[in-house]
Amino acid sequence: MGEEIKVIVFALGEEEYGIEVEKVKTVERMMPITRVPKTMPFVKGVVNLRGVVVPLIDLRGRFGLPEVEATEATRIIIVNSGELEVGFIVDQASDVTDINSDDIELPPEVVGGIQAKYLRGVAKTDGGRLLVMLNLSEVLNKAELVQLEQMEA
Amino acid sequence: MDMNAYLSMFIDESQDHLQALNENLLKLEGDPTDLSFVQVIFRSAHTLKGMSATMGFEDMASLTHEMENVLDLVRNSKLSMDAFIFDVLFKGLDALENMVGDITNGGQGKADVSNIVASLKSIVDGSYLSRAETAAASAVAVPPANAAIDEFQLSVLKQSMDSGLKALRIDVSLVESCVLKAARAYMVFNLLEERGEVIKSIPSVTELEQEKFDRSFTVIFVTQQDGEELAEAISNISEVAVAQAELLDAATLEQLARPEPAAQPARSASTAAQSAVVSATESTKANPTARSEGGRQAAPPAASRTIRVDIERLDALMNLFSELLIDRVRLEQLSGEIGRVELTETVEHLSRISADLQNIVLKLRMVPVDSVFNRFPRMIRDIAKSLDKKVELVIAGADTELDRTVIDEIGDPLVHLLRNSLDHGLETTQGRLEAGKPETGTIWLRAYHSGNHVFIEVEEDGRGINTEKVRAKAVENGVLSQEEASKLTPDEINNLIFAPGFSTADQISDLSGRGVGLDVVRTKIFSLGGNVSVESKLGSGSKFSIQLPLTLSIITAMLVRLGSEKYAVPLTSVVETGILKREAILSVHGNRMMSYRNAVIPIVSLSKVLETSDFREEDEEESEYIVIRKGDKWAAVIVDDFIGQSEIVLKSMGAYLGSTPAVSGATILGDGQVALIIDPNALFK
Repeated sequence: MGEEIKVIVFALGEEEYGIEVEKVKTVERMMPITRVPKTMPFVKGVVNLRGVVVPLIDLRGRFGLPEVEATEATRIIIVNSGELEVGFIVDQASDVTDINSDDIELPPEVVGGIQAKYLRGVAKTDGGRLLVMLNLSEVLNKAELVQLEQMEA
Repeated sequence: MDMNAYLSMFIDESQDHLQALNENLLKLEGDPTDLSFVQVIFRSAHTLKGMSATMGFEDMASLTHEMENVLDLVRNSKLSMDAFIFDVLFKGLDALENMVGDITNGGQGKADVSNIVASLKSIVDGSYLSRAETAAASAVAVPPANAAIDEFQLSVLKQSMDSGLKALRIDVSLVESCVLKAARAYMVFNLLEERGEVIKSIPSVTELEQEKFDRSFTVIFVTQQDGEELAEAISNISEVAVAQAELLDAATLEQLARPEPAAQPARSASTAAQSAVVSATESTKANPTARSEGGRQAAPPAASRTIRVDIERLDALMNLFSELLIDRVRLEQLSGEIGRVELTETVEHLSRISADLQNIVLKLRMVPVDSVFNRFPRMIRDIAKSLDKKVELVIAGADTELDRTVIDEIGDPLVHLLRNSLDHGLETTQGRLEAGKPETGTIWLRAYHSGNHVFIEVEEDGRGINTEKVRAKAVENGVLSQEEASKLTPDEINNLIFAPGFSTADQISDLSGRGVGLDVVRTKIFSLGGNVSVESKLGSGSKFSIQLPLTLSIITAMLVRLGSEKYAVPLTSVVETGILKREAILSVHGNRMMSYRNAVIPIVSLSKVLETSDFREEDEEESEYIVIRKGDKWAAVIVDDFIGQSEIVLKSMGAYLGSTPAVSGATILGDGQVALIIDPNALFK
C-alpha cells in the first residue's frame, strides 16, 4: 500500500499539474514584479513576499511553452526546495487533492510539450483526473541552466 | 553537578585566558626582564588550571600545573626566561588550545602532552641547561644516541618489519671541511629515498635544510636493501666522512620509543641547544636584579560591565529592525501624502527615534578588529621563526570597530596578506643587511575609520614590487596586451598582481608567490563590498590597503528612476549629480564622453546596461547624471530622474538567481516594491 500524498493542483494551458504540499510555502495572487536584467528569459523578476525578496519563474517559459499575459486567475506558487525559495507563475491554482503514491506512473516521453525529466510521473486522482507531478529539483536545476546560458552565448 | 551547563562558559573563558597568555607571553618575549607580565601570565595559567581541574579535564590541568611551576620560578626570580623556555611554553599553549578545541567539538580534551610536561619538568629542576650543553657537546663528536621515535613512527616501523622490510639506523658524519652541509645532507636523503623510506631524521629535515646541525645526523630508515651496501653508497657521496648502518630489531625499537623520562627533554634540548645556550646567557646578563613585584605591575584592565549575548539574537534584532525601517519609510511617504500636521510630527518623532535605535543596533553588532588582530602576533612570530627572518609586527588601531559579519570574513584575507608580506615582501636577514636596511624587518598592521569606511593596511619595508616584471608577466599571461600594458601607470600595473592570471605556479624569481591567491583575497574583499589595492616602491616596501564598509546590512542610497523602474545606487560611490544638455555630450572615438572639472569622463548609459524597455535617453534634451568613482576612475551615469536619498536595507535576491551583472542586491522600498541595488563598480569597464 502506498502512502497518501497531498498535492496542490495547478494548470498550465489545458494540462493539470501537481506539487507536493510540503514543498509549497504559499500560493499568492499576482503582485508587482521587479524585473531583473540579464537573467534567463523565463525569470520574470523578483517580488517582495512579506519582507523577503523572492525570484519568480514563469513555468510556461521554463518548459518552453508559449507565454501568456497574466489574468485574474494567474497565481504565484512559492516553493521551497533545499536552500532555494522560488515562485512559479502558473495559469491557475485550483485545488488541493489527495493521491496515492502507488497511483503515480512513470511519465511518457513528452507530456504537453514538457520533457520527461522534469516530471516525476502521472497520477490519477479519485475523481478520475490525470495530474502531472513535477520533479522540483530538476525544474530548479541550475547546472542545466548554466549549460543553457552557454549555448545561448 | 551537571557540568554541561558550565561547559560553554568554560570554553569561552578558557579561550579568553589562552589569548591573554599568548599575548602576554609575546610581550614578555619582547622584554624578558619585565616581571609584571609574568604576574599576569601566572594568574591566567592559575585560573585555567583551576577551571580545567573543576571541569575534570585532567590532561589540561596537569599541563597547566607544570607550566605554572615554571612561571612560579620565573615570577620569584629563581629562573630567567630564555628562548628554550619560551618555545616550550608556546608549545604548551598550542597543546592547550588543541585541547580546548577538542572540548569545544564535544571531545574530552585528551592529548598526549608527556613531551611538553617532561620539558617543563626539566626546566623546573634546572637540568635542561646542563643537558643542553652536554647534548650540544656530544653532538659535535658523535651522533646523538637518543634517536627517540614517537608512537606513530613506531607503528610504521613495526608494520614494515612485519612485511619483511629492514629497519636501519644510519649515522652519517660529514668531513670537517664540508662547506655545503645542507646540500650534502640533501644528497644523502636523495639517495636514501631512492632505496626506501625515511621514517625519521635527527635533527629534523627542516633543521638539516637550514644547516642547523653540526657534522653528523642520524636517519631511521626502512628498506629492502642490505645495510652495509647502503652505508657504502652513502660513503661514496663526496664529503661524507663516515656512514654506519645498524640493523634495528623490535626490542631496540621499543626502547627507542620509550626512553627514560629524562632522555626526552635532553633530545629536544639538543636541537634547541645552540640557540638556547646563547640566548640564555644573554638574558641572564640582561636581567641583573629582579624587580620587586610592585615596581611596574601591569595595570589591571578596566573591568567593563558586559554580558555575553547569543549572536543569533542580535541577528534577529537586526532583521526585525530592518522590517521596522521599511515601515518607517512607508509611514513617511503616507504622512507626506495626507499632509496632517499632527501625523507628520508624530512620524518625524518616530523617524528620529528609529534613527537612534538604528545607531544602537548597528553598534551592538560592532566588534573591535582586535578580535581578529590578536592572533597575528603569534602567527607572525611562528612564521618568522620558520622562515628564519627577524620581524617586528606593529599593530595600530586595534580598537577600530567593524560589523561582526565583516569581522568574521576578514580574517583569512588578512592572514594571506600578512603571510605574503612576511614570506615574499621582506628580504632575508642577509638580504636586508646587503640592502643597507635594519636587520629586523617591520610589518605594520593598521586599522582606521574614514567616512563610512574602515581601512585596514598591511605594510612592510621589504623589497617592493618590481613593476616591470609584473608588466611583462601580465602580458605573458594574457592578462592584458602589450599595448594596454604600456599605457598603464606603475600603480595600475602593481595592482595587476590581484588579477587571476597571476595565481599560476610559474613565477618570476624575486616576485615568487607574490600573486598566489591574491585574486582570492580580492574576490573575498569584493564580496564584502570592499576594495583592495597595493602601493609599492621597489626596494623600500609595499602597502596593501583594504577598504571595507562599516556595515553590510543598512546603507544610504540614492534612488533613481529609469522609466517605470526604480533603482538604488549606494551613496558611498556617488560623487555628484547634475544635468547634462544633449549638445554637451562629446564623442571621442565613438565613445560618448562629457567634460567634468577640467577632465573628460566617459558616459555610461544605465538604461542600456540594464536593458530597460520604457526609457530612452536619446529622446531627452537634458539628461540627469550621477558621477561615480572607483579609485581614480570616474564615470557619469545617465538616469531618467532622481527620486532622492534613502536608508535602504540590503536583501539578498535568493540563491536561485546567484550573481547578476551590475546588480549587487535588492531592497524593499516604502511602497512595498522591490528595487534593485546597482553595483557601481561593475559600470566601469
